Amino acid sequence: MNDTVTIDAWRDVTLPTPDEEIWRYSRITDLDLSAYEPVPHAPNVDGDGQLPQGVTIGGVTVDLFGEAPDVFALLNRTFAAQVHVRVPAGTVVEAPIVITHTVPGSGALVAPRLVVEAGRDSQVTVVERFVSDGDGRALVLPVVQIRADAAARVQYLAVNELSDAAWSIGHQQAEGDRDSSTLLATVTLGGDYARVRTEARLVGPGGSTRQVALYFAGGDQMHDFRTIQDHAAPYTSSDLLFKGAVQDRSRSVYTGLIRIRENAKGTVAYQTNRNLTLSDGAWAESVPNLDIQTNDVKCSHASTVGPIDEDQRFYLESRGVRPEVAERLVVLGFFDEVLSQLPASDITAAVRASVAAKLNIGADHAAGAEVAS
Amino acid sequence: MSTLEIRGLRAAVNGTEILRGIDLTVSSGEVHAIMGPNGAGKSTLSAVVMGKPGYEVLAGSVTLDGVDVLALPTWERAAAGLHLVMQYPTEVPGVMLDDVLGEALTTRGRSTDGLDALLRSEAASIGFEERFLDRPLNVDLSGGEKKRNETLQLAVLQPKIAILDELDSGLDIDALRDCSRRVEAMSNDPDSPLGVLAITHYSRLLTELRCDHVHILVKGRIVTSGGPELADVLETDGYAAFVPAEELAEPAAEKAPVRPGSLDDLFAM
Repeated sequence: MNDTVTIDAWRDVTLPTPDEEIWRYSRITDLDLSAYEPVPHAPNVDGDGQLPQGVTIGGVTVDLFGEAPDVFALLNRTFAAQVHVRVPAGTVVEAPIVITHTVPGSGALVAPRLVVEAGRDSQVTVVERFVSDGDGRALVLPVVQIRADAAARVQYLAVNELSDAAWSIGHQQAEGDRDSSTLLATVTLGGDYARVRTEARLVGPGGSTRQVALYFAGGDQMHDFRTIQDHAAPYTSSDLLFKGAVQDRSRSVYTGLIRIRENAKGTVAYQTNRNLTLSDGAWAESVPNLDIQTNDVKCSHASTVGPIDEDQRFYLESRGVRPEVAERLVVLGFFDEVLSQLPASDITAAVRASVAAKLNIGADHAAGAEVAS
Repeated sequence: MSTLEIRGLRAAVNGTEILRGIDLTVSSGEVHAIMGPNGAGKSTLSAVVMGKPGYEVLAGSVTLDGVDVLALPTWERAAAGLHLVMQYPTEVPGVMLDDVLGEALTTRGRSTDGLDALLRSEAASIGFEERFLDRPLNVDLSGGEKKRNETLQLAVLQPKIAILDELDSGLDIDALRDCSRRVEAMSNDPDSPLGVLAITHYSRLLTELRCDHVHILVKGRIVTSGGPELADVLETDGYAAFVPAEELAEPAAEKAPVRPGSLDDLFAM
């Protein structure tokens, strides 16, 4: 898909339908573009008053990969509020670059665009936070494009703490060259409907990607993830761990594809998706897929959907821990495997606290409430 | 003084009766060993007393100091003073030992002040490496380390009656000695002596943990009870002296409710 959407005619775009596999189980039919109006959006980049070196806000829209994966990526091009991070070869950026998008409500449409170009043997960590303002009713169409040149190390973390009145339909595309390593981390707590589609492509021998995600939906939220681990060079490796939970009447979808192309011999690829269903009315779907076009590869996927492990709960209860506290500990522990891999530790602590605050089970026994009683 | 009384206990798993009338009394400071061949119902007994889901009580009673244990949920049984040391302790990813013991003490109305120091001193006394205290529960621990961890929890929680489900399985000689000595010391505590129900296949557990009574469990019934000398007879003659050979030859009847991928089947061994 490579048309241009003009500012005047953007509402005339043709929306996808759930008949397309990549939109199956999604809520795309609920989307009414007429409810939204594009507004100017200024991303905030932390830096004590001045931008970190190599960071540009605004400017000509950059597109590293040409082909847009769907109409929402096209809309992002049209309305892009861009942050461009360029790290010269051999440069190590020590402090994480933290970008905050405060999204207004009242039907605002914003299109945050992050482009990261990491030169040979460079290193950078970028964190993108999405929060809501006003009534939270907004349509957010974020795009992330990352290119890691040979031997570059890139870490990216997206944290969605939008209002549960907001819609978010995002794309992450990463391409890693020879011996590069890329971490793509996602935390999704917010959104009425929040979707992220990630394509992690390896185009140079020895390149590796790691993808982790934590998602936790409550109320009537829906979280939706589509991932592709695309191996287009030999001796590449990818590892994916997505862990989610649904409570109340919320829903989640994970579909993941490992694609190993003909020339990608010696590839190692893992994909794990685990889901906890914490309420009878909650629903999670997990669909792993493999597309392997060559021999001599090591590949595995695992996926589970189910309630809290009965053995784990019994073990804690047999020590004298109350059932709701035991369940709470097990759920928070479940997420710990992802939290421990997030790239920025101070944000990790905040995310852990947000998850604990959102969890219904044993909320009366949570720290703080106990002190007050 | 505390007393666990099991009277006429019958229980089933998946509709099959496994326990067929158990009578047993364990008081503070006493060490009772329950020995029996595979499938006798040993682990079912521990699971039923602690309230593990999937076990159906058909008849009988279990009381702790007169309180109807079977009417209580598992956590209240623990809070009342019962403790189960598991044969195969469950791995609980991301959940820390000190958090669990903190909650467990809070349930009992006990203070968590000094818990950290207590953990460290208890760990040292049974050779449990301090670095394992910061691991999620049982995750990436060897069999021996898991049993040391179980013994550590027992020592911190100080129950009235402890059920040891094959404490001696899956651990080396050193760990066996460290764990059984610690339990023996608790049973001899002058202020609050622990009552122990030790389920085991082998008499090797009983060299450091000195038992007062031995009960032979076969096909869901206690067929013989006696003193420690019974364990010696078993060691030399096997179970043949206590049960007709044709009964021993029958396939194991004991089956735990098994969910795919769980360790429940091992639990039931």
